[in-house]
Amino acid sequence: MTDRPLRTIVATDCGSTTTKAILIEKVGNEYRQTFRGEAPTTVEAPFEDVTRGVLNAISEIEELSGRRILEDEKILTPSGIGGDPKAGVDIYISTSSAGGGLQMMVAGVVQSMTGESAQRCALGAGAIVMDVLASNDGRLPHEKIERIRSLRPDMILLSGGTDGGTVTHVVEMAEYISAAEPRPRLGMSYNLPLIYAGNTDARERIKDILGKKTALTITENLRPTMERENLVPARTKIHDLFLEHVMAQAPGYRRLIEWAGAPIMPTPAAVGLIMETIAKKQGINLIGVDIGGATTDVFSIFQGIFNRTVSANLGMSYSISNVLAESGLENIMRWVPFSIDEQDLRNRIKNKMIRPTTVPQTLEELMIEQAIAREALRLALGHHKTLATGLKGVQQERSISDVFDQKGSGQTLINMLQLDLIVGSGGILSHAPRRVQSMLMMVDAYEPLGFTELSVDSIFMMPHLGVLSTVNEQAAMEVFVHDCMIYLGTCIAPIGQGKQGERCLEYTAALPGGPVQGTLKFGELRLLPLGLNEEAMVQVTPARNVDVGAGRGEAVHRRARGGVVGLMLDGRGRPLNLPSRLEDRVGLLKKWHDTLNLYPT
Amino acid sequence: MAHSYTPGLTVTPRTLVARKRLLPIPGVVLVQEGESVSSDKVVARAELPGKVHVVNVVNLLGILPEDLKEFMVKREGERVEQGQVLAENKPLIKWFKSTVVSPITGSVETISNSTGQVLLREPPRRLDLFSYVDGRVVEVIPGQGVRIETTCAFVQGIFGVGGETWGTLVMVATSPQQPLEAGQLTSDHAGKIVIGGAFVGAEALQRAKAVGVKGLVVGGMHDKDLRALLGYDLGVAITGTENIGFTLVLTEGFGQIPMASKTFELLKALNGRKASISGATQIRAGVIRPEIIVPRGSEESLNAADLSGQVRAGAKIGDPVRVIREPFFGRIGEVVALPSDLLMIPTESHVRVMEIQFADGTKAVVPRANVEIIEGS
Repeated sequence: MTDRPLRTIVATDCGSTTTKAILIEKVGNEYRQTFRGEAPTTVEAPFEDVTRGVLNAISEIEELSGRRILEDEKILTPSGIGGDPKAGVDIYISTSSAGGGLQMMVAGVVQSMTGESAQRCALGAGAIVMDVLASNDGRLPHEKIERIRSLRPDMILLSGGTDGGTVTHVVEMAEYISAAEPRPRLGMSYNLPLIYAGNTDARERIKDILGKKTALTITENLRPTMERENLVPARTKIHDLFLEHVMAQAPGYRRLIEWAGAPIMPTPAAVGLIMETIAKKQGINLIGVDIGGATTDVFSIFQGIFNRTVSANLGMSYSISNVLAESGLENIMRWVPFSIDEQDLRNRIKNKMIRPTTVPQTLEELMIEQAIAREALRLALGHHKTLATGLKGVQQERSISDVFDQKGSGQTLINMLQLDLIVGSGGILSHAPRRVQSMLMMVDAYEPLGFTELSVDSIFMMPHLGVLSTVNEQAAMEVFVHDCMIYLGTCIAPIGQGKQGERCLEYTAALPGGPVQGTLKFGELRLLPLGLNEEAMVQVTPARNVDVGAGRGEAVHRRARGGVVGLMLDGRGRPLNLPSRLEDRVGLLKKWHDTLNLYPT
Repeated sequence: MAHSYTPGLTVTPRTLVARKRLLPIPGVVLVQEGESVSSDKVVARAELPGKVHVVNVVNLLGILPEDLKEFMVKREGERVEQGQVLAENKPLIKWFKSTVVSPITGSVETISNSTGQVLLREPPRRLDLFSYVDGRVVEVIPGQGVRIETTCAFVQGIFGVGGETWGTLVMVATSPQQPLEAGQLTSDHAGKIVIGGAFVGAEALQRAKAVGVKGLVVGGMHDKDLRALLGYDLGVAITGTENIGFTLVLTEGFGQIPMASKTFELLKALNGRKASISGATQIRAGVIRPEIIVPRGSEESLNAADLSGQVRAGAKIGDPVRVIREPFFGRIGEVVALPSDLLMIPTESHVRVMEIQFADGTKAVVPRANVEIIEGS
């Protein structure tokens, strides 16, 4: 891809509640994000025109920057129009998740094979998957049909069968879909878009069955053989149909599509794209998370393989009550250094659900919200691990040791020891009063192993940068590094368990302020000063039964990156087990909080 | 932050409310523009396609899918009665004859020679869309539904469960602080919408169901009682389809919270009037809150003053407000100062705040995001 020459870019993300606009300008030789504005999204009544919110957000940028971008409610292009250097932009781009984003139903034949492949495809395209139907999903035919009928998705992805294999089962699924006469979520006057990406031999039958009842699009099989997934063609079709059918139904979007200099992308698809670009450019393994009010998206790139999942009911406001239901009260309370009456806590959580815009006013309330966030993050990563796997059902050549290992196909790709970077995003992480709170929330929830860098998105501009990367990758990368990511630091977490106070590891670190050395004991957290844009060589020598990445008892000597928090040495053991006795746990939590200066005293 | 969001729930003795009544699938509209309708009037009707049943005929007869059509007695589109023969084999010896009969009354939808399955469909089911409120049809959307307007008293709750219903309002509380006790509910309340005060507990909820009330409106309840009522822990706030025997509207939230006196006084004044209520709640983009609509007669029509002031503005000094987060959760007061600068609160977040004076004269500084304006006057 050749980058388009651009000097000034305006980008928006039309979210469910807020439309966020940013201005990116070439400052000297570098692209920088210079101004931002936001306004309520206007997809719904009384405005029912998404462009109104976009114009409002951009006019806020106009006021702040002094640049004239709008004229007669249109975006002026190119930059420098009419000889005025403070007028116009070279391109306008946008993402959208307004109106609940892209909601899909997927269907396959075998749930753990084509069903999962179809799910990965839809999730990677930025969709929320409402349900996965499969021949062997345990539901009776009439139950499947009822389910399809009641769902009302924006789009269906049907896959099933390898090329040249049996057609019966995928045709059967098509018959169920046809019998259900599915209706689209938005509007009554058009046919539901359906993408067929299954066995090529079944195409004619699928056309006969679904051609008249749906807006059928046929593309390459997403699982042409058992050993290979081919998700890109179906993913591209999802994006095309998202623009042509789904977005075109939403009020004002036709005009927005006309304004945009690049195809409008679903917000999560754009976030995934920027994460994938970064992992690729830097040659790293990465986990990204976006924890919102309703959903938590997790992205991962391991060995170049991209995966995304969305936990549709894990969030910090709208779905906060579901975090409690899924994790259980005990799991939330284990992170809080005080006890609270169960009924009171449950009522508080429900009150946050019904009044999602409120903010914690007391320290106690902040601690509870951050405890809930830890559990939402943990559950969402667990969900991600089950879907970010190698292909299931693949025959493998096995050595004797593999047989003893009892490893089957479909192992998770998420290897925390090989993880280089965690990127956190979403209000609770991006806007935590102290950055160290964001870092500890992610460390507690994800339990990184060995050396892992952590960062947060400063103002949630990843969607904008994702779509920008499709037209100018260099600009997207430069803004991402300089203005979007805030490095928190590196966490060094040894694998192993030991008694409180026992030696865990010895360390020496050549910090910019002078070398330090010491012993980290089990049950200890320690923070070393290593600031933003600083690096240090660190030597870690673990105890005999402890592993920091090179094997038990083996020393590791490597460079660590600093950040606004610093270098965190986590001697709490992996897996991280907290004492079950309340007094012990509270005492330990207070000690860690004091060491890290986590909360004001 | 460009704007400080101060949400508000409307509580007003007079306003104009419009409700769009739309069918889930295309159908016919049964009323005309300008027509007066009552809540139980069917304004539009659609035919929901019948349930589909799958019969694997090839397995039952032991034949191949491609031969299926030869063995079918019934054809696609044909009507079929329960127990009627759908397909049969043709053995040389009659003794070996097998038949497949229809499990339902309906029609043959598809005969598939790929899968060997026969899909049968039950007759369509009629779906009646009610007016829900007493009012006037102001717009007909052909094939889809109507828009109905009504001049009414209007109260928005914060959370509810259960769908749309209508009935007579009965005030049983003597003050906004009084909890609704099971003993207050009698057989006289069957089919009525009962207004309580601060709180409803498990026992009173059971009693409400037993006596057959149509609706309950109270200040608050405990989360555990909601769990017991629904039979599950509600994870996401999308409600309105629960089948719990009545519709429940909370005006304040979870916990024992007195109903805002303005809400209480208004509902008290409406005692004995017919109301339409809905528990449907959706807290996300396109927020839906539960509601109580009490239509006003023509003699109580709106004047210009009633309609003015309906445009939401930010909070003003003197506005009545309700605090919606700890440590002052549920307390009602009046705005006394609106500092424009961001202020650091005990969590160390910098937020926009307001100063509130409570009824007992004490004052508190609260983030604006944690305050709700009690709207309508």
